[in-house]
Amino acid sequence: MNILIYAFLAIGAAFNGLGAVALIRFPDVYTRIHGATKCTTFGSIFFILAVVIYGFAHGGGEGGTLAVHALIALAALLITNPTGSHALARGAHRGGIRPFRAVVDRLAEGKR
Amino acid sequence: MIGELSFGVAAAVMVGLMVVSVLRLAIGPTAADRAVALDTINTLVVTTMVLLGVAFGQVVYIDVAIVYALLSFISTLYIARYLERGAR
Amino acid sequence: MRKAAEWAVTAAFALVVYLLLVLWTGDLGLWSPAELIAGVVLSLLVGLVAAPILWERGGFRMLQPHRWVLFLFYLVGPFFLAMARANLDVAYRVITGKIRPGIVRFNPGLKTEVGQTLLANSITLTPGTLTVDVDDESGDFYVHWINVKAEEPRPQDVCGPFPTWARRIAE
Repeated sequence: MNILIYAFLAIGAAFNGLGAVALIRFPDVYTRIHGATKCTTFGSIFFILAVVIYGFAHGGGEGGTLAVHALIALAALLITNPTGSHALARGAHRGGIRPFRAVVDRLAEGKR
Repeated sequence: MIGELSFGVAAAVMVGLMVVSVLRLAIGPTAADRAVALDTINTLVVTTMVLLGVAFGQVVYIDVAIVYALLSFISTLYIARYLERGAR
Repeated sequence: MRKAAEWAVTAAFALVVYLLLVLWTGDLGLWSPAELIAGVVLSLLVGLVAAPILWERGGFRMLQPHRWVLFLFYLVGPFFLAMARANLDVAYRVITGKIRPGIVRFNPGLKTEVGQTLLANSITLTPGTLTVDVDDESGDFYVHWINVKAEEPRPQDVCGPFPTWARRIAE
């Protein structure tokens, strides 16, 4: 059980770190949103799974409460994170920022 | 008992990642870049709160994290609305 | 009349969820009176906001239990695998720096807002794609693709089997 918790914490930290590196390294807004959203969401899933396992291993009322509340936090993250990044990408495109070295940009060409 | 300390270490790592993201918040050339960095930091803060809730044995921290996630989502939506008007 | 029925059903569902969440908070019995009053008020508000969106195509489709089972299976099965692949993909592109970005357009043929939201969020979290805009009238999706393979893609080129799943779950 302990090994599983440590493994999940390590995986979560690795993917969150990947998200932060992607935020620094990618060239424009859209690719940064790619890296940041995907990696932080995936890393958070593993962190919260570690918390849930800990809660159930801990046992008792307190551990169960911990696990259930962590799962609710995970649901909130899973719904809000992609929606927020979608809103940011839409706002950036309407604000006139074009994708870097884009091969094709159908949205700027106008509606069909 | 079993490895509360490791949750604390993970939270410390997350704080380091937040510092890295603040770098993008500081240098980001456009307002949209800064907004993306802020959104990332919000996600990291939520996860860190959950980890700290385990490290200190306080369920209340996780409730705060849930409310923080929803409020930061609303603030992100408002920032996106602001970006639509083409403010640089 | 139908609107009132939809509102009542949504509010009742929200009330059940709320009461399950605050189980064992009362001093005597299961729920304290304050929780019950707050639950009723909040679920009426939730019903007012959510009813027109949830029951867009008539009939109470989202209450059919097989859709929930499908949704859970979708979350832990194909969706989770795609997320894992997406993260390895991002790692590959961070290290090598190989990108060929562009915004493409395709039409998955989804009609309800629930289905469109599900598909848009799935696309954002899966390999190399990010939803930028959705045209409400025609149902066109505008997707930022980090490695453009075709300028006029079919839906399955961009997001694999996800439109089928979204249709199965939400429509």
